[in-house]
Amino acid sequence: MNIINFTPISAFVGGSLIGFAAFLFFAFNGRMAGISSIASGSIVNNENRFDNILFLFGLIIGPIIYSFSGNEIVSILTNSIPLLIIGGLLVGVGTKIGSGCTSGHGVCGISRFSLRSIIATITFIITGVITVLIFGI
Amino acid sequence: MTKLSSLIAGIIFGIGLTISGMVNPQKVLGFLNIFDAWDPSLMFVMIGAILIFSPLHFIFKRKSRPIFAENFIVSTKKNIDKNLIIGAATFGAGWGLAGLCPGPAISSLSFLNTGIYLFVLFMFLGFYLGNFILNRK
Repeated sequence: MNIINFTPISAFVGGSLIGFAAFLFFAFNGRMAGISSIASGSIVNNENRFDNILFLFGLIIGPIIYSFSGNEIVSILTNSIPLLIIGGLLVGVGTKIGSGCTSGHGVCGISRFSLRSIIATITFIITGVITVLIFGI
Repeated sequence: MTKLSSLIAGIIFGIGLTISGMVNPQKVLGFLNIFDAWDPSLMFVMIGAILIFSPLHFIFKRKSRPIFAENFIVSTKKNIDKNLIIGAATFGAGWGLAGLCPGPAISSLSFLNTGIYLFVLFMFLGFYLGNFILNRK
């Protein structure tokens, strides 16, 4: 094992902002900032639908606002279109059935010491590691 | 007013994802590539987010209600069931195939990339499919 491309400071600063955004959503809206739940909640007709859509809209314009700072945003998509399609489908089905993703279980759930979320997070990291081991990056 | 706080939380969340580098699938796959060339950054993103969200949320939770919404909405599920494990395992596989989870995928829509559009489209189809599977049981 070699360690490469490690950026602990920007990771920690960005992570802190994510935690702060999750706190704002909890303090003002009373909800957990689990993005898979917010995204799947934006396509069903419930009372929070427009809150969900506006949160997603904020997620999209966040990088655009950040780009005004003059810093370059790096996004390198390495995998082929078929893998992205299958990946998208598995992420959608899996987060719906497993009730959460990296933000809902990994950040919010672990923060409130939920055993379900701790187990879910360990599970998706393990299958993620195995998948990368098989398919490479 | 919950719409305004949703939008602001979404924007800050999106900026956090961008600064942390998590909008770069290569960085996420680097984290899952533990046995080869490992990039531990994602772990620092989670640690940063949890260190901010966890204490603030525990302090704020003692209030009777959120600032704008009527009630706190937090999952009360405690049991570790088949859906949680199968769902998380499926999500992890998709995450490892694409290097994208729901938050970064939606933020990355701003990069105008066909691969990202397809991923998000199929992720939403996955939400429908997941709902269908859950309702059938």
